[in-house]
Amino acid sequence: MIALGVMATMGAVQLTVFALLALLALGSALVVVLHRNPVVEGLFLVLHLLSIAGFYALLEAYFFAVVQVLIYAGAIMVLIIFVIMLLNLQPEAKGGPGLVPVFFAFVLGLALVLLLTRAGISFAPEPAMGAVASDFGTAAGMGREIFGTYFYPFELVSLALLSAMAGAILLAKRHLED
Amino acid sequence: MTDAPSAALLLSSLLFAVGAFGVLTRRGAITILMCIEIMLNSANLALISVSRALPGNGGSGLVDGQVMALFVLAIAAAEAAVGLAIVIALFRLKGSTDIDLARLLKW
Amino acid sequence: MDLVIVIGAVAKVAVIVGLLQVSVALLTWVERRGSALIQLRRGPNRVGPFGLLQPMADGIKFFFKEDVLPPFVHKPTFIVAPAVSLFCALMAFAVIPFGGVLEVSGREIPLVIANIDAGVLLLLAASGLGVYGIILAGWASNNKYSQLGGLRASAQMISYELSLGLGVIAVLVLAGTLNLSEIVELQSRSLPFVVYLPLGFVVLLIAGFAETNRLPFDLPEAESELVAGYHTEYSSMKFSMFFMAEYINMITSAALLVTLYLGGYGVPRFIAEPLGLSGNALVVAEVVSFAAKVAFFLWVFVWVRWTLPRFRFDQLMRVGWKALIPLGFANVIWAALLTILKPEWFS
Repeated sequence: MIALGVMATMGAVQLTVFALLALLALGSALVVVLHRNPVVEGLFLVLHLLSIAGFYALLEAYFFAVVQVLIYAGAIMVLIIFVIMLLNLQPEAKGGPGLVPVFFAFVLGLALVLLLTRAGISFAPEPAMGAVASDFGTAAGMGREIFGTYFYPFELVSLALLSAMAGAILLAKRHLED
Repeated sequence: MTDAPSAALLLSSLLFAVGAFGVLTRRGAITILMCIEIMLNSANLALISVSRALPGNGGSGLVDGQVMALFVLAIAAAEAAVGLAIVIALFRLKGSTDIDLARLLKW
Repeated sequence: MDLVIVIGAVAKVAVIVGLLQVSVALLTWVERRGSALIQLRRGPNRVGPFGLLQPMADGIKFFFKEDVLPPFVHKPTFIVAPAVSLFCALMAFAVIPFGGVLEVSGREIPLVIANIDAGVLLLLAASGLGVYGIILAGWASNNKYSQLGGLRASAQMISYELSLGLGVIAVLVLAGTLNLSEIVELQSRSLPFVVYLPLGFVVLLIAGFAETNRLPFDLPEAESELVAGYHTEYSSMKFSMFFMAEYINMITSAALLVTLYLGGYGVPRFIAEPLGLSGNALVVAEVVSFAAKVAFFLWVFVWVRWTLPRFRFDQLMRVGWKALIPLGFANVIWAALLTILKPEWFS
């Protein structure tokens, strides 16, 4: 079982931090999914993203942890909360989608967890290589990869961002019906 | 410590399921967008934990997974921008972001 | 862990947080006396010599004011918001190096709280999170003026963070590192980057005004339109936390500008060389030079506030998107050209 293996190999401090972060991430994700007030959901999503950034730091991907806070929490979520406040969305009405869809969603979610966990177990990482690689989690290491191996995908992503920007401007223009 | 990646992998599958549950059961368009963000993030977490476990340049940890996670981040930003624009257009048209109202392709 | 290093780290945090509070107090005095100077008034001059103890009196007043929790506010958010603001403001300052490496009983203590590799990014992240304090306050207050203030703040912050980032990126291109201490060292070996990138300096200065919500960019709290914007409903210590956060952001913004473009804590060569300082004496001189540079820009902040009128919101957006961002991009391209053509200048 994976979890037992973790306890054996993670240090006590790390285990505690990991457990706290896991609780935070799961709890805040559940609030996002279950709460009715969009603004509260948005704020807990920010908390969720910060806790994920904590995981990245725990996995020693420091650069990506900071990027996560900078882009996700600092830009994307500000945009989402801005729109929530701009539209002045009210809490969703009680009632919801009835029990049958919820049941199916629950079963589907459970199946998904089992499937993904199964995949995670069958993924057997190489035996521990000791110290972390010197370029893991640094900006320099990532830059070398992006502008070396992944140069063309990177350019494609920039094109995707550009087209998304154009599309967003077109969609959000007033008088859609004209 | 070396096993933090697989624990994070387990967690990421849980988070993905939570996000998927939200997408399937909620009706507010923005809420659904936010649940998609949870799913994307869990994928990112999986990418990074796997890349941490793989052997890399002179030690454990391969950078490639982080680059892919960065691409996911960029696509998430694009998705949020377009998604929010659609939500605003929907709100202008229907006066609500309930996706059940948007079941017609025209008007 | 070495005890001296631990003590050094704790002392650094304590001294910096304490100094920031003192600077904020002094800054409010400078702001009021400065505005009086500019408007041909006297300003506060009753409490202490030159009114220097006025901030103390203000602080006591804040402490003993009634802490009003208005009805119909979203309580948890309303209470958390000022703390978020202050926390992010304090966190941003942690990566700013304010001096070289101090030597205490054979051990080296770098004069920066967190000397991390992604320093600049962490600062940008912290300032990006700072906007949540304002948005939350605006929304939780359940008040139209507050909400408008929060909305304006988020739109403004998103827009100007881009130009702030572009102003920072140009320096990173020249320096080839994200570590602020290394950027400062590089500048003391060559020249302050403002010489190479004057445009980037201007972009970062203007974006700094916008990010700190100072006039001419103080639309989130525009008192003639929105009562007091996002902090209309706040009183007592909660209000003063917003107040402190704003002034600490100002200090951080000035410090970032100094660190990236004006040689940071480096003592100008024409002063350092005749004095022939070395060792800890040099470090002290560096701290003084850093403080002097930052103080100058703080005065510029005050000066501009009482000189320029406020932008209209469409003007604000136009300046951000149509002027600053293209200029920022041009500056980044210029920096890239410089590093390609003259790499020997920045090694």
